[in-house]
Amino acid sequence: MTMLGRTAQNLFWLSRYVERAENMARLLEVGYRMSLTSRREGGASEHLMSMMQAAEVNEDFVKKERPADVDTVAHFMMFDPDNPSSVYSCLMAARTNARSVRTAITSDMWEAINSAWLEFSQIKPRDVRGAKLLGLLEWVKHTSHQFRGALLGTILRDDGFAFLQAGNFVERADNTARILDMKYYVLLPQTEMVGSDLDTQQWSLILRAASAHRSYRHVYHDRYKPQNIADFLILRPEMPRSLIFCARFIEQNIGTLGAFYGRKQVCNEAAGQLRAMVEGTTMDTIFSHGLHEFLTEFIAQNNEVSNALADSYNFY
Amino acid sequence: MGDTAPFDEMHNADGSVREPYRALAQWLEEQPDKALTLMQSDAEAIFRKLGITFAVYGSAEGTEKVIPFDVIPRIIAAAEWRRLSKGIDQRVRALNAFLHDIYHGQDILKAGRVPEKLILDNSAFCPQMMGLDPARQVYAHIIGVDIVRVGPDEFYVLEDNLRTPSGVSYMLEDREAMMILAPDLFQRQKVASVENYPENLRRTLESVAPAGTRGTPNIVVLTPGIYNSAYFEHSFLADQMGATLCEGPDLFVDEGKVYMRTTTGPERVDVIYRRVDDDYLDPLTFRPDSMLGVPGLFSAYRAGNVTLVNAPGTGIADDKAVYTYVPEIIEFYLGEKALLSNVPTYNCTDDEQRNWVLANIGDLVVKEVHGSGGYGMMVGPTSSKAMHAEFRRKIEARPDNYIVQPTLALSTCPTYVNAGIAPRHVDLRPYVLVGDEVRITPGGLTRVALKKGSLVVNSSQGGGTKDTWVLED
Repeated sequence: MTMLGRTAQNLFWLSRYVERAENMARLLEVGYRMSLTSRREGGASEHLMSMMQAAEVNEDFVKKERPADVDTVAHFMMFDPDNPSSVYSCLMAARTNARSVRTAITSDMWEAINSAWLEFSQIKPRDVRGAKLLGLLEWVKHTSHQFRGALLGTILRDDGFAFLQAGNFVERADNTARILDMKYYVLLPQTEMVGSDLDTQQWSLILRAASAHRSYRHVYHDRYKPQNIADFLILRPEMPRSLIFCARFIEQNIGTLGAFYGRKQVCNEAAGQLRAMVEGTTMDTIFSHGLHEFLTEFIAQNNEVSNALADSYNFY
Repeated sequence: MGDTAPFDEMHNADGSVREPYRALAQWLEEQPDKALTLMQSDAEAIFRKLGITFAVYGSAEGTEKVIPFDVIPRIIAAAEWRRLSKGIDQRVRALNAFLHDIYHGQDILKAGRVPEKLILDNSAFCPQMMGLDPARQVYAHIIGVDIVRVGPDEFYVLEDNLRTPSGVSYMLEDREAMMILAPDLFQRQKVASVENYPENLRRTLESVAPAGTRGTPNIVVLTPGIYNSAYFEHSFLADQMGATLCEGPDLFVDEGKVYMRTTTGPERVDVIYRRVDDDYLDPLTFRPDSMLGVPGLFSAYRAGNVTLVNAPGTGIADDKAVYTYVPEIIEFYLGEKALLSNVPTYNCTDDEQRNWVLANIGDLVVKEVHGSGGYGMMVGPTSSKAMHAEFRRKIEARPDNYIVQPTLALSTCPTYVNAGIAPRHVDLRPYVLVGDEVRITPGGLTRVALKKGSLVVNSSQGGGTKDTWVLED
């Protein structure tokens, strides 16, 4: 059956929002840990602000004119409807999108997102502090895993699946690139010479935010080194949150759409360009071009893929 | 009708079990303690999982509720159903003939059988429909006829719902749940199937596609969107029929033809099962501020390029004031006596009748002419003196805005409540499809007033539903 352009759009954003909720939870966890271990005056606040910068919600936070302490920031990231990327906003947007395409997703997927939303709306924000916060962040990640599990296990492999997957990985690529960009200066090769405790801590933060602090050891059998960390999150095809992994996945799924509809479109080209940015290159090349510049271009091209997809398949 | 004990559908006056309920009674007796309690909680889990919810107007977003489901089925004997369905068939044919006449020659008005003023000055009359010829001359394709029972052989039609009646998804899901919960009960007797409804709905819609349609008609369900209280049903029916669920912005009109916006571009639409009210269908023809409709839709309809189901303007035939004339309407078009009775209705614009109503309001039911969903009505015997006084004032101020009927002693069915099994009042909404033929699904939706003594069965007012069984011979 032919799919409405709106349905394709709802599917794409449904899985973007689920992925975003998970990423926000992970970022908040990192910010929370960092603020607990910071001994410097004002250090906690700085960590929280840079974490919100990576989440691209720092401007919305500043508008609130509230102190950047742990509880305030946690509330802002979890429950604030004024924050368009808060877990609350993401889960609500995911559920609204899911409800609109109720017939295009399986009941297991619907149930995963619906029961997550119902549970989340029962939580009283003021009860969530300290250990409770960490527990809730775990729960958000589980919710995302449950949804993805239901998706992979139950949905037909047709155009709807490809739209869902594209949304998931466009969002993830964006998130990984932003995490790297937030701390790109501690990843530059010359930093290694310094290698202070503070740097080590920052590196661990980056890996944690990408859920990569354990898997790093499996791949490199080595202490944290900035060049390896950048390599891991950008060029390692076996790392499921790396830019190359995401870019390949996006290209593949958009390719599936082209095959399904029997016609290649501008989005196929855009996705190809995104992958070409990370394929067949080395960290040395990227560093010599400028890591920050590279990440900025990658984020822009990723965004271009999303726009081209919307144009090609009549999102509105 | 008011003072006698209500008719118990399961028991005779002497306490013995009525024939159609024998197998159920036996089955209930065999159930171990707590079995029904367990079934009831299983049922709730099933419905929540299926996502069957309705939103109550006025409650906060995200608070969709599951309509209470009662695990004890309501049973109708084969012979009883034959009688009912004949009456329903007659009624829907007459009402469609009436609609065609009202929007063409208006013979019934010229003959003085229905007052002209009642139709032409009625806000439900849709002048834009004049002279328009819908496919197969069908206006009301999907109808829910509300029926109540007051005695072994006494049935009354309470209302004909000709404007996109809702609730059919509950009829289907109630059966689905019942077959999961009590499969053994189905083995003890032959119960008529309801599961063909989506297939029949599809056939009906296909049969009324515009004459020029090529190939299989493209059918869509038009919903106001996810915040509508019946959104679940819209998506359910689209899914079951294999039709696309659309919102207004998904459709557009170009050169008098309707298209939907798909991932591969515009695709022609032939039949729209619309669950959007007339007023909101097309901002160019009806309410200009409507965001739910499709600009130009009505002109495409007039040009015969798309079929709207139900047709706009069907509300003139289910208006509460026109309702009193239905027996007349049946006689006029079919030359037959009405097989199903209307509830006697008092006309408050008549001085003598109004005075009698005002004096006896405590025994009567007052309904707003354009009200629905149990809102804007008063049931005299269960209302306070203050309410009586309020409705007396309302009737005196606008006698034409109310109809008044005796309080019917709705029949009761055994229902599972906290205290165990107890009788509760029920009504019945059979669903009728009119296209190339009239298709009536056996049974329908039984609504039950869960509060003891209550006569209001609407889900927005604390009502629940039951699976409805029509037995086969």
